[in-house]
Amino acid sequence: MQIQPILAALRKHRLATLLIALEVALACAVLCNACSMIADRLSAMRINSGVDEASLGVIHITGYEPKDVNDLNARMLAGLRGIAGVQSAAVISSVPFGVPWGTAGINLNPDDNKPSQSVVVQFYEGSPGVIETLGLRLVAGHMPGADDYPPLQGYAPLDSRVLITRALAERLWPGENPLGRDFWTGKFHFRVIGVIAHLAVSQYNETGRNGAEWTVFVPSQPGGLLAGTYVLRADPRELPRVMRDARLAVAKIAPDVVLDTDQSRTLEFLRARFFQKDRAMAGLLVGVIAALLLVTSLGIVGLASFWVAQRHKQIGIRRALGARRADILHYFQTENFLIVTFGIVPGIVMALAINLTLMKFYELPRLPLLYLPIGAVVLWALGQLAVLHPALRAAAVPPVVATRTV
Amino acid sequence: MFTYYLTLALRSLKRNPVLTGLMVLAIAVGIGASMTTLTVMHLLSGDPLPGRSAQIYYAQVDASPKNYTHGEPLDMLDYRSAMDLWNAHRADRQALITDSPIKVRAPETGQPPLMITLLSTTSDFFPMFEVPFRYGSGWTPQDDARHARVAVISSDLNDKLFHGENSVGRILRLKNSDVRIVGVLGNWRPSPLFYDVAGGRYANGDTAGFYGKPEDVMTPFDTALDINDGNFQQFTCWGMPKEPGYLRDSPCVWIGLWVQLNDAAKAAAYREFLDHYAQEQKVLGRFANTDTRLLSLMQWLDLNGVVPGDVKLQTWLAFAFLAICLFNTVGLLLAKFLRRGGEIGVRRALGASKRAIFAQCLVEAGLIGLLGGVGGWLLTLIGLWLVRAQPVAYADLAHLDAGMFALTFTLSVAVSLLAGALPALRASRIPPALQLKTL
Repeated sequence: MQIQPILAALRKHRLATLLIALEVALACAVLCNACSMIADRLSAMRINSGVDEASLGVIHITGYEPKDVNDLNARMLAGLRGIAGVQSAAVISSVPFGVPWGTAGINLNPDDNKPSQSVVVQFYEGSPGVIETLGLRLVAGHMPGADDYPPLQGYAPLDSRVLITRALAERLWPGENPLGRDFWTGKFHFRVIGVIAHLAVSQYNETGRNGAEWTVFVPSQPGGLLAGTYVLRADPRELPRVMRDARLAVAKIAPDVVLDTDQSRTLEFLRARFFQKDRAMAGLLVGVIAALLLVTSLGIVGLASFWVAQRHKQIGIRRALGARRADILHYFQTENFLIVTFGIVPGIVMALAINLTLMKFYELPRLPLLYLPIGAVVLWALGQLAVLHPALRAAAVPPVVATRTV
Repeated sequence: MFTYYLTLALRSLKRNPVLTGLMVLAIAVGIGASMTTLTVMHLLSGDPLPGRSAQIYYAQVDASPKNYTHGEPLDMLDYRSAMDLWNAHRADRQALITDSPIKVRAPETGQPPLMITLLSTTSDFFPMFEVPFRYGSGWTPQDDARHARVAVISSDLNDKLFHGENSVGRILRLKNSDVRIVGVLGNWRPSPLFYDVAGGRYANGDTAGFYGKPEDVMTPFDTALDINDGNFQQFTCWGMPKEPGYLRDSPCVWIGLWVQLNDAAKAAAYREFLDHYAQEQKVLGRFANTDTRLLSLMQWLDLNGVVPGDVKLQTWLAFAFLAICLFNTVGLLLAKFLRRGGEIGVRRALGASKRAIFAQCLVEAGLIGLLGGVGGWLLTLIGLWLVRAQPVAYADLAHLDAGMFALTFTLSVAVSLLAGALPALRASRIPPALQLKTL
């Protein structure tokens, strides 16, 4: 196939060629960035909470008197454990995807009396039995023993032996053994006795997704501020029924408190709600991409059909002079390939420029370079698909047309 | 002439229903997408106090220790600074703001207790923000001073507890204290809930929460401190509070101060007052930094980046999409006009000027835009319905107002005229002789 005559013909239709090329360029730029955003949202949704989500439910109550918390915790735990199907229940300060609580900066030096702003972690305080209930997985060190559960003095025990996540250990002491290391928040002292694989924060704080797993598990006695949130474990198949029973049971166990129906849910529900926004955005982006490709291909179809009609006679002449149907078909296909290529080249530049702009204003990752060739291939394929029908119509023009109106 | 062009345009559109449909659809989809996001943007980035926002300011000083902040005050005030500034009464009006969770019940109704958010504020809050009342009114400065057990409730809570009746004078139990209802708010839904905005810069664009409804119960600031101490929540701290929830003597910031300053001179004087206060506190050894800030309401919203990042991103996307639809329409119109070269050639030969051809083509493009506008309007309604189905705080706000309705059609016609200009220009340049030859 000779490209020279096609280019010569396109030069005659500079405006239309330019329009389609621009449309392709814009489509390429938006397509690459939208795909990158979708991938980013999906990867955000894959966060590992570190707990056995399918088996867990939370009961969250408020509106109790601080002086009654010991009695309340005892009654709630006994009541919840009494529900058929509950395997275990424990008091916890918060759960992943639940109400954020216990977020603070930490220091590696006790003399620093101001908390660091660069390492903001979430402390999870939990009563005995909570590790097993959650299903936290230890990767180094050891789990707290029975005497490692001191009472809270305000926000935390004054001196506690804690578990931290692998991600936090890597942030605080990169490449070093975190076991036995100390850190502080104000007057509170923490010593690392074990490292757990994963434990996600309740809600992102100012460190965003970087700090999604910067968490500390602090074994504590229930009481004081550690009250009101109970995590219970049941067989995943029975969990919905167990949760219904548990919510009803609260009214009997503690008639004076207020059950937070919004937060008293299964972990799976809380997770789904937490990522609702990301899912909606990813869905929207998929919709935009689909509409975009559709509109672009309609534009190509429209213009190609117009050109086929316009060149009806010339096609007939070419056919009469010996061109085969395949030659006509290939002519339009090559022409489309060239136009799309004219669009893709500025499109790639535009994609990178848009990405850089978006990175500056919104927290978006760099566009992976792999997306550019993929976007190009998609648009080439789309162009070929769109032009196929008009090109086939062109190829069907009989040679006799040439003799008609000359 | 215009009506003649209109008939010609209608005839031409009817001749190629598929091509016409494609163009109308492309414009409708582009307009629908852009108008949906634009309406949401318009709702979220608007002025919550039109006409008054320029006189409302957010005052900040910095009580944090040396090196804690970086050249700017924290987003809220500590108790002592807030009290000092408020007690100075240097502004035309001034209101303190802080939120806390509280258990509420209406003893007479026998309904189960609810957990709600309590807004602790001062009497100027209501006139300063022009808060509408359905029943009763706000409380008086005397109520502020004597820690009066009075409350203003939202109309939502009034509906829930008292079935929408006039509940002024009735008793509400907040935690363990009884307060008397003095006012029920009317329909008040500022967007965003501007007086609660703080910390938007640390939310990574996730600021949809700023568009929630006003608090269900409001009481005088000191009354709330009396009845709900131990449940207050800090914005941030530079040290651990001695007792969680008791923030009066804590190294924490948790109170906002809004002031009304009626003219520029007063604003300048208040700025000076803040600077003077900070310097005085530094001499006293309480402050380490003398940074102060007095931003007007809109500047404060801007600094906090209240419009959620996702919404801005969606708007960009929608307009990129509209641009693609525009290019598409230009291409299709070009094809359509040039295909009618013969017809245009005849008109030109019979004496029509280039301008007349240009006008005729534009009328046709405008008609397509109008049709696209109708489709775009329907798609916008569907888009907004989808937004309302989202679990976001601003979902209930997403409605098309008259201005945005008009803009839908204006934008649609403008886009199609823009798309039609180039093809119309090309069509008007068609040389009559060449076309007539091939007829």
